[in-house]
Amino acid sequence: MVLKILGGGCKNCQKLYENTKEALAKLGIDAEIVKITDMMQIAKYGVMRTPALVVDEKVAVSGRVPSASEIEKMLQK
Amino acid sequence: MFTPVQFFADFLTYSVFYLSKTSRLGSAVNFFIFDSIKIFILLLLIIYTITFIRSFFPPEKTRKILAQNKGKTFVGHILAALLGIVTPFCSCSAVPLFIGFVEAGIPLGVTFSFLIAAPMVNEVALGLLYALFGIKIAILYVVTGEIIAIVSGIIIGKLKMEKHVEGYVYELQAAADLEQQKITLQARLLDSWRFTFDLLKRIWLYVIIGIAIGGFMHGWIPAGALAQYAGKNNPFAVIVAVIIGVPLYSNAAGVLPLVGELTKAGVATGTALAFMMAVTGLSLPEGILLRKVLKPKLLATFYVIVAVGIVLTGYLFNFIL
Repeated sequence: MVLKILGGGCKNCQKLYENTKEALAKLGIDAEIVKITDMMQIAKYGVMRTPALVVDEKVAVSGRVPSASEIEKMLQK
Repeated sequence: MFTPVQFFADFLTYSVFYLSKTSRLGSAVNFFIFDSIKIFILLLLIIYTITFIRSFFPPEKTRKILAQNKGKTFVGHILAALLGIVTPFCSCSAVPLFIGFVEAGIPLGVTFSFLIAAPMVNEVALGLLYALFGIKIAILYVVTGEIIAIVSGIIIGKLKMEKHVEGYVYELQAAADLEQQKITLQARLLDSWRFTFDLLKRIWLYVIIGIAIGGFMHGWIPAGALAQYAGKNNPFAVIVAVIIGVPLYSNAAGVLPLVGELTKAGVATGTALAFMMAVTGLSLPEGILLRKVLKPKLLATFYVIVAVGIVLTGYLFNFIL
């Protein structure tokens, strides 16, 4: 599983990164989290509001910071 | 509504700190305590409400509405300016948003109407304007902000500057509409609260410093003292206010309480409004980000048109108010 955090390095992106890490730890999944800060790449995903979480090349959330438990549910699907 | 707050401020100032009711220090401290509490209560309520409403208008929805109306340019400008109020906007996502709009075929001018309205008519500006100047000025600010956004967007559209957008914006194949994510009401309320809390945490110190200086002025500078320097009769006041306002983006929260006090000291209302619009509408960091998608000529045109619009608004209000 590849996870990507899209965002220009704002505070919310950092928070999303931490929540995602927490969710992964709880589920015991060893996945890579890649930070994407390049605006062109972010735009390519069709995301217009950062931060966003991309799971296996599919945008799972954009424009908000879901809690760790919310991310857990998304990853279990 | 704020009688208990005044009561509390009186109690602290005159009974706990034991300051004299007639002293300048007493008056300044009392004003500071009352204003701080009042402004934070109002900010909390207003920012929370606007954030919650905005959670129903993600940029994807706005883009869809604007793309459906791309043939009707005039309607498009008005819609874009109105949607700019309710769509959540952060200058940090100005670039992907711009690309998303252009890729969806939304005319450049309409995109600019949105890009001008969204940061200018924002939750912090509205919250502070309402808390410090009252509902009339807050509404005036929204209406003129919208008009500037519509007119500037129309002018940029008429100038046909599409070739001054960086070429790759048109070539980049962005993914089509994202699937709308379902968010529960509970998550919305919680998200809005987190956002409001984070925002207040980020700005509270600036607001307090602004109120403190305001409180100081309240005690020492008599009302109307600045009228001869920055009142209606000084023709340069508006231009100077706009020039000072542009680099102050991140400190809007600290600057406004001060401006509130300055108007009481005699700075004309139009000048104060123009200043506020320059602070929110023409931010330097956003300009630097937008340079990635706009060639210098278009970026400069955008700034000049909006700046002229703001200056004219300032004069208009100094004239009629």
